[in-house]
Amino acid sequence: MTPNTAYTPYHPRWHRTRVSTYWWLARGSYFLFILRELSSLAVAWFVVYLLMLISAVSTGNDAYQQFLHWSGTPFALFMNIGSFVFVVLHAVTWFNLAPQAMVVKVGSKRVPGFLIAGSNYAGWVLVSIAIVAILFIQW
Amino acid sequence: MSERITLQVARYRPEKESEIQFESYELPCPKEWVVLDGLNHIKDRIDGTLSYRWSCRMGICGSCGMLVNGEPKLTCATFLADYAPGPVRVEPLRNFPVIRDLVVEIGDFMGKLARVKPWIVRDSEKPLSEGEYRQTPEELDNYKQFSMCINCMLCYSACPIYGLDPHFIGPAAIALAQRYNLDSRDQGAAERMQILSEHDGIWGCTFVGECTKVCPKHVDPAGAIQRYKLQAAMEWVKAFVLPRAAQ
Repeated sequence: MTPNTAYTPYHPRWHRTRVSTYWWLARGSYFLFILRELSSLAVAWFVVYLLMLISAVSTGNDAYQQFLHWSGTPFALFMNIGSFVFVVLHAVTWFNLAPQAMVVKVGSKRVPGFLIAGSNYAGWVLVSIAIVAILFIQW
Repeated sequence: MSERITLQVARYRPEKESEIQFESYELPCPKEWVVLDGLNHIKDRIDGTLSYRWSCRMGICGSCGMLVNGEPKLTCATFLADYAPGPVRVEPLRNFPVIRDLVVEIGDFMGKLARVKPWIVRDSEKPLSEGEYRQTPEELDNYKQFSMCINCMLCYSACPIYGLDPHFIGPAAIALAQRYNLDSRDQGAAERMQILSEHDGIWGCTFVGECTKVCPKHVDPAGAIQRYKLQAAMEWVKAFVLPRAAQ
């Protein structure tokens, strides 16, 4: 070895495997992760849908009736049902991951993960019941 | 259980090949043999040119990480018999450049590890006469899980984000930063936060969670990163609401 030998950042003989464009199909967990990421588009769709509803309501009865009619079209039904499935996936995967991000202690003991996830689900159920009550119970 | 098993081993000889080739070796398969024993058998009895890293043989040194049938594994803790009747495919860790056969280049990881200052940082040391820095068992429990990391890099190999963006600091380095942040003797959390709150730090992680699944020491790097994100977000809120207190 000569005294001038030195490491260089460029090593043409290292083999670098290119990451496939379809890497997310290689494993079930990667695919589920991509679905979870895509579910943000479904959340965005519901925001747009809500804004359209508010706009129709604020415009007047005709616009609201028109919006209701449009909501019954195959396209709107497809978008809403598909988005609902994605949003449920988003919520479930989010709640299941919550115990990894949250460290809750009671005294010096860490609260087990299933209780943290469980409390998230319980909150979800309670809020859902409250919304159903507001919508369907004649006050 | 079959008495022999075939290992399909990735070979990359840069002096004569530009792509990874697979060579098959038929080996005995006693129930106590791990994949590393199979590789040692090949090296000792069949083909002495096979290159791979290993050292302790007991899941401490973190040298012998490879892909076994596509999964990042410590080969010293992966039994051949579990894959019988085979074949078993052994490849170098994914997401790292391959130097030769099963040996990958780890300089990128070593550089990132040093960046997060994985040591106890003190503003000032107390005099020796005051004795050691004592910890309660609860204080030890705060960081013990993260201190189990052996730098085996299986988490980097499992992380698709690191594969797509090599600038991402990565799971083990962040988990080790968190190990020192949670240590009651350490005062370097703010310094580490500056490094890890950059784009290539904690925010590069999209919580795929595979790092935690493959970790042989149950370190839960994904958990460490999410806790770090929560902490960073809380500090941002604090600085926003109480700008003077944050200074």
